[in-house]
Amino acid sequence: MSDTSDPERDLLPLFRQMQLIRRVEEECARAYAQGKIGGFLHLYIGQEAIAVAAHAALRPTDHALTTYRDHGLALARGMSPRTLLAELFGKDAGCSRGLGGSMHLFDVEHRMLGGYGIVGGHIPLGAGIAFASKYRGDGGVTMCFFGEGAVPIGDFHEALHLAALWKLPVVFVCENNEFAMGTPLSRTLPVSDITARAAGYGVASDRFDVVDVLDVKLAFARAVERARDESLPTLIEAHTYRFRGHSMSDPGKYRTPEEVEEHKRRDPLLRARTTLVTALGEPRVLALEAEIDAEVKDAIAFADAAPQPALELLEATTYKGPFAR
Amino acid sequence: MTRKMRFREALRAAMIEEMDANPDVFLLGEEVGHYQGAYKVTEGMLERFGEKRVIDTPIAESGFAGIAIGAAMVGLRPIVEFMTWNFSAVAFDQILNNAAKLRQMSGGQLSIPIVFRAPNGSARQVGSQHSHAMEHFYAQVPGLKCIAPATPADAYGMMKTAIRDDDPVLVFESETLYSAQGEVPDDPDFVVPFGVARIARPGKDLSLFAWSRTVSTSLEAADKLAAEGIDVEVVDLRSLRPLDEAALVASVSKTHHAIVVHEGWPYGGVGAEIVDRLQRLAFDELDAPVGRVAFLDVPMPYNAALEQEVVPNVARIVRAAKEAVYAR
Repeated sequence: MSDTSDPERDLLPLFRQMQLIRRVEEECARAYAQGKIGGFLHLYIGQEAIAVAAHAALRPTDHALTTYRDHGLALARGMSPRTLLAELFGKDAGCSRGLGGSMHLFDVEHRMLGGYGIVGGHIPLGAGIAFASKYRGDGGVTMCFFGEGAVPIGDFHEALHLAALWKLPVVFVCENNEFAMGTPLSRTLPVSDITARAAGYGVASDRFDVVDVLDVKLAFARAVERARDESLPTLIEAHTYRFRGHSMSDPGKYRTPEEVEEHKRRDPLLRARTTLVTALGEPRVLALEAEIDAEVKDAIAFADAAPQPALELLEATTYKGPFAR
Repeated sequence: MTRKMRFREALRAAMIEEMDANPDVFLLGEEVGHYQGAYKVTEGMLERFGEKRVIDTPIAESGFAGIAIGAAMVGLRPIVEFMTWNFSAVAFDQILNNAAKLRQMSGGQLSIPIVFRAPNGSARQVGSQHSHAMEHFYAQVPGLKCIAPATPADAYGMMKTAIRDDDPVLVFESETLYSAQGEVPDDPDFVVPFGVARIARPGKDLSLFAWSRTVSTSLEAADKLAAEGIDVEVVDLRSLRPLDEAALVASVSKTHHAIVVHEGWPYGGVGAEIVDRLQRLAFDELDAPVGRVAFLDVPMPYNAALEQEVVPNVARIVRAAKEAVYAR
């Protein structure tokens, strides 16, 4: 962390977002167990610093998109917990009106252009959104997130290749959480340094452990600047860890509880909290946490009470123009 | 006023006029620029619009299809040329999971104004991997629109409609039609709406439903059958999704006999869909089972004589027509 940083000014807003994501997702796990959330639910717990730092490095007019593990990025970009939880509960008040679900969070107003369920399939889209910024000359930057599980798939390579060839203002962020579902990267990647791929495409790269959210923000800001000022892509490998399973049905037998506990001790959220307690005193932090708890509680109540989407919604959301039969 | 144009020139004129009219429209694909198009559809467009708007891509269909979809998500209007629809198979996920689904997944926040176009179906002895009729794979997908013009006028008018459409439109062309000539309205605002079939030849005894390349094969078969006293109506469907149900019903209500003539395999697909609609919507009008003349149910052979047996040919249409008309 930079010595000149002021915890209240620099760290507190990021901690607030991280804590909000953490608390929303803890409630998601509970709601899933209660049957309020269906389908797949992939929690971001442990990785929050990445989405929060990314948003802090971006302008509100920049775009971001990610995988199905998308709650963190959606909240970081500015989606309200009410809108997010309503979506997960399948309600009309959700960001995608209950049609997308946990894996497909879209919020055009906040330039959150989606969570995607096909591993790697959204990476060319990220390059394409950046292409549009370059085509229009609007100075926009796109950040595209994926896991290390996407590195073997073709779309990762094609997107990186084309972004390099066409000099697109995009930042590719590989959130390396060590496991592609239940398979450790030692069994999926012949070269464990993911940024080694960047060299083959002539793309700048950066690689770091996610420890301090402010450091992560600075690293992202360098790549965002390269995209904005030089219209060049960057491949970043951010080493992180997810504390929960791949999804809610994951028994987690591919790693030991001790390993998970070891990582939890290095939780970037905990680190930020400790710094803030020292700088601002515990009562200040507790008050903030209570405020967040109330916001999450309100969001759950809102989502519970929200109406279901109507069947008529399906045609209007399949085609914009006249329905094609 | 009309002008005589080849099919490829009609496609090109439509693209050029729409690109002139709207700076958000751009073209990308393999060999579309410096090479002037693998089938010369895009000839001269690089010189006219420059490298910003006519973009040669590497051979990375999934990557450039995805980039185009991403650009469309934020309001650009890309025209993606695949060298042939066969090669779209490696970009199938982009079209199926992104182009077709983004609108619904986003609760209607997004629309994807994109055109994918390429030659489709059989050509001449290009073998099993280059002869697929891919419309059958795509027409099943809600969120996509699929069109297959058979004449230069429709190529022109439907390409313009496609570029102006706010949803993903897939244009199935045929290499065998690119040099076909026809009259095209001399009017930059001439457009052909989707979902409206065209009577290519009126008749009263039997309906042949066709699109793209098989329209001309069907017309040839109709001439032969006329000599034998069977008066055939040829309906050019032009658009497969949306499909002109009313035209299907109107034609069989007149002829009471029908055959669907199309490229692509007989198992499932658009042909089977048309048969299903005919039996559901016009059951009482039918005097015989609806027939189908499609590819034989085998991969396309290279051998020229065998290829002609596999594609829908005049002899098979004539045979099927007689079976239908003389059936009890």
